[in-house]
Amino acid sequence: MNIMNALKRDTAPDAGERLGNQLARATLDHCVKCTICETSCPVSAVTPLFSGPKFVGPQGERFRDGESVDHSVDYCSSCGTCTLVCPQGVNVAELNSLARAKMKQEHGVPVRDQLISRTTLMGTAMTPVAPVANAVLGFKPARVVMEKVVGVHRDAPMPTARTQTLQGWLKKRTPPTTPRTRGPIVFFHGCAGGYFEVETSKKSIEVLEHLGYEVLVPKQGCCGLAQQSNGLFESAKKSVRTLVDQLRGAGKDLTIISSSGSCTGMLKHEAHEILGVEDEELKDVAAHVREFSEFLLDLYDEGEFPVDELRPLKMTVPYHAPCQLKSQGMGTPAADLLRLIPGLTVVDSNATCCGIAGTYGLKKEKYEIAQAVGKPLFDMVKATNKELAVCDTETCRWQIQKSTGVPTVHPAELLHRAFGLS
Amino acid sequence: MKRLQADVVVIGGGSTGAGVVRDAAMRGFKAILVDRADLGQGTTGRFHGLLHSGGRYVVSDPGSATECAEENAIITRIQPDAVEKIGGLFVATPGDDPDYADRFLAGAQATRVPAQEISVQEALRREPRLNPGIFRAIEVQDASVDGWQLVWGAARSAIEHGGQVLTYHRVTGIEHDGDQVRAVFCRDEKGGEDVQIDCQFVLNCAGPWAGQITRMAGLPEVPVIPGRGIMIAMNHRLVNTVINRLIYPADGDILVPVHTVSVIGTTDVKETDPDELPIPREEVQQMLDAGEQLIPGFRRARAVHAWSGARPLIKDDRVAASDTRHMSRGMAVIDHLQTDGVKGLLTIGGGKLTTYRLMAEHIVDTMCEQMGQMRPCTTAEEEIPPEGTKNYVITHRLEDREEDRLEDQIICECELMSRGMFTRALAEQPDGTLDDLRRQLRLGMGPCQGGFCAMRAAGIAHQSGAVDIERATGLLRLFLKNRWIGLWPILYGDQVRQTALDDWIFQGTLDVEHLPHATEEVVR
Repeated sequence: MNIMNALKRDTAPDAGERLGNQLARATLDHCVKCTICETSCPVSAVTPLFSGPKFVGPQGERFRDGESVDHSVDYCSSCGTCTLVCPQGVNVAELNSLARAKMKQEHGVPVRDQLISRTTLMGTAMTPVAPVANAVLGFKPARVVMEKVVGVHRDAPMPTARTQTLQGWLKKRTPPTTPRTRGPIVFFHGCAGGYFEVETSKKSIEVLEHLGYEVLVPKQGCCGLAQQSNGLFESAKKSVRTLVDQLRGAGKDLTIISSSGSCTGMLKHEAHEILGVEDEELKDVAAHVREFSEFLLDLYDEGEFPVDELRPLKMTVPYHAPCQLKSQGMGTPAADLLRLIPGLTVVDSNATCCGIAGTYGLKKEKYEIAQAVGKPLFDMVKATNKELAVCDTETCRWQIQKSTGVPTVHPAELLHRAFGLS
Repeated sequence: MKRLQADVVVIGGGSTGAGVVRDAAMRGFKAILVDRADLGQGTTGRFHGLLHSGGRYVVSDPGSATECAEENAIITRIQPDAVEKIGGLFVATPGDDPDYADRFLAGAQATRVPAQEISVQEALRREPRLNPGIFRAIEVQDASVDGWQLVWGAARSAIEHGGQVLTYHRVTGIEHDGDQVRAVFCRDEKGGEDVQIDCQFVLNCAGPWAGQITRMAGLPEVPVIPGRGIMIAMNHRLVNTVINRLIYPADGDILVPVHTVSVIGTTDVKETDPDELPIPREEVQQMLDAGEQLIPGFRRARAVHAWSGARPLIKDDRVAASDTRHMSRGMAVIDHLQTDGVKGLLTIGGGKLTTYRLMAEHIVDTMCEQMGQMRPCTTAEEEIPPEGTKNYVITHRLEDREEDRLEDQIICECELMSRGMFTRALAEQPDGTLDDLRRQLRLGMGPCQGGFCAMRAAGIAHQSGAVDIERATGLLRLFLKNRWIGLWPILYGDQVRQTALDDWIFQGTLDVEHLPHATEEVVR
């Protein structure tokens, strides 16, 4: 694979046009300056370098009919909290993402951002040499060199490479024997779930199979979220379109389940609202995709979830709902679902953001900000349970684990245990 | 009584007066400008922000078209800080006269107004919000211009050349001894004293108020008719190019992106009193319909402010006295020696902001002629801001705030006005009202219409020692009152929510009606 070719500048040629004419810009009309977004922004709370969502969003946007002049928009972490809390319906985060994409289109994207947003590439490169890759990433002098050369902070959390990918496991495992009473569903594991968070994917699949589903796992690539948040709109569009075709290829009108909290949001709304993908195929997938806990909680609401099979787990765990999960407007189904497990006390973090925001907290110039953003969460996690924390999204788990030393798992892991599968 | 001496007194601090005092000063005359209020508070501050390419007049008024095209190039060059070169389009929308485009192109060629037809696809690519039903599109060199920057630029230039600018000096009388002007009497409204300016010449540049001025000289009113037009500013730039309807001049034929807003205009209704200019609801609806014709969905966009301005139109016997739309936009200098037998008094009427420099040249030329001393006009050559100043662009303030965001506070969030900008302007004009400062800084001109910045500005003015607590309250109340004039006619949609929130802040939290204030309400 010609990496340099893959890294050629590929930001959106039409980001500016979209910005000027799509709905996101029109929503700036709804801003009444109430400042609720500014008081909720986790980044501007810890650094003056970011001028805040209202400033760079509905305010700054009125001044952007021309070249990009406000580089500080790049301090926005794209967590989406502003859009979520806006009572007037302003697409604040979307405005910021588009302004940043335009800025990068005009001024270029650092090689570092192009590299770290290619999660599939990282996975394919690291899996065959997992022990070496892990050793290198754990070796301080190597990380110092990496920080200096690439710009990834020496202390930033890195994924752990696995010797076996999810697809490898699927090929080699003994096929499940549970009766398939509920029909087929499609499992979307995301790139982290395919290469790094293989355990989460395995356990999610086993829980779904335990419930009687036939779980189809088509070959699949990246959703493009990391590329999008780094302003690489064209790559992101290509990624999401390919993924949409792969997921649809598994069967018509099937429900798609994902234990990757953020990637679910990409398919549900971000690819449309931020990238501006208008394809009917995307809309079809968006209508069929369900986040893992969301899907199971719906089953519970319909009386279809075997609550009586759940064995007690006597412990107290902190639970953190990732920003991109909250942006899906479905509450926090994981917390509700885990509370069905007897004996398990789930404490909501009530923290806005862990700071990582996908790849934001990896960058050397943003690492300290990301750590400051996550501090209230880290303190809460350590005070609640030093042994275990729960969170739905991969990069957030890595951030929490690295910053607190507390092992952090997907809710599927606890359900897997409660169903007696591990 | 204070007594001043001058060769010439210029009455009226709009663009014409400012241009005239600059021109006269540059020709070496001792010139003093007086205005009853601040600069650019009349017609100059109440237009749509267009620096005409001339395109609007290529068919209806060829003389004006050529003048506009020439002056557009001059103003863009000598006052770059006031002009944004955004370009313009004339577009034929569904139902418009299909033959007009060819007449337009022929007229443009005849009047030397640069114009080029582009494909409909290209027009829609440049401005995707445009009505997709447009069937012709012609590109012209329209620009947008900040009337206040224009007028202050000219005034500062005049001062550099020895001229004097006296704002808040209301003319109370003009003395002439039978056939020669001797003096102008003023009331210094802020200083509270009477001022006599001895002079040989008076140039009446009072625009729609010109008739009131000639009456003060004991002469009949000049036939200048206020032609009122309303305009509405929409919250952001719906387009980034001036959009004109490709039709014979009519109501609601233009949308101008100027600064952060886009302005739809305008109407043309004969008025009698230029101080009483209504913003009728039916005209607001008419403008919104006109906007919808250019930009589908216009009515769903947010309007932030409306205003009314009066063109100073010279009565023309060829058109009915009530049909101000078709009175000449051309300028006319009236020599009162010929009309009334008084030497040393000239009135200028008609014209438009785009040709303000040329109007000044004409009236000062006429004065020179009457004085019998020809001195050449040099206003088209000398650039007003420091050499190398680039044309204004919309991104300037965002860029400036990017630079000073860690050092300076933002006071007006909508218009990105910093504390430093405000305190510097206040130091230059310590007795100014918040509206006087607004015109130079755009304080309170964005979507919140002063809801979040007005009390900050009043507080800073007090903190800086420029005003006492009672005046600070008075200034705040005056500012809110003036904003309200332009708010109530467009209260629908998003602006209602904003106004409700602003009202809760001012009435609910600050109880602004019951704050301690001076017994006499602050009015200036």
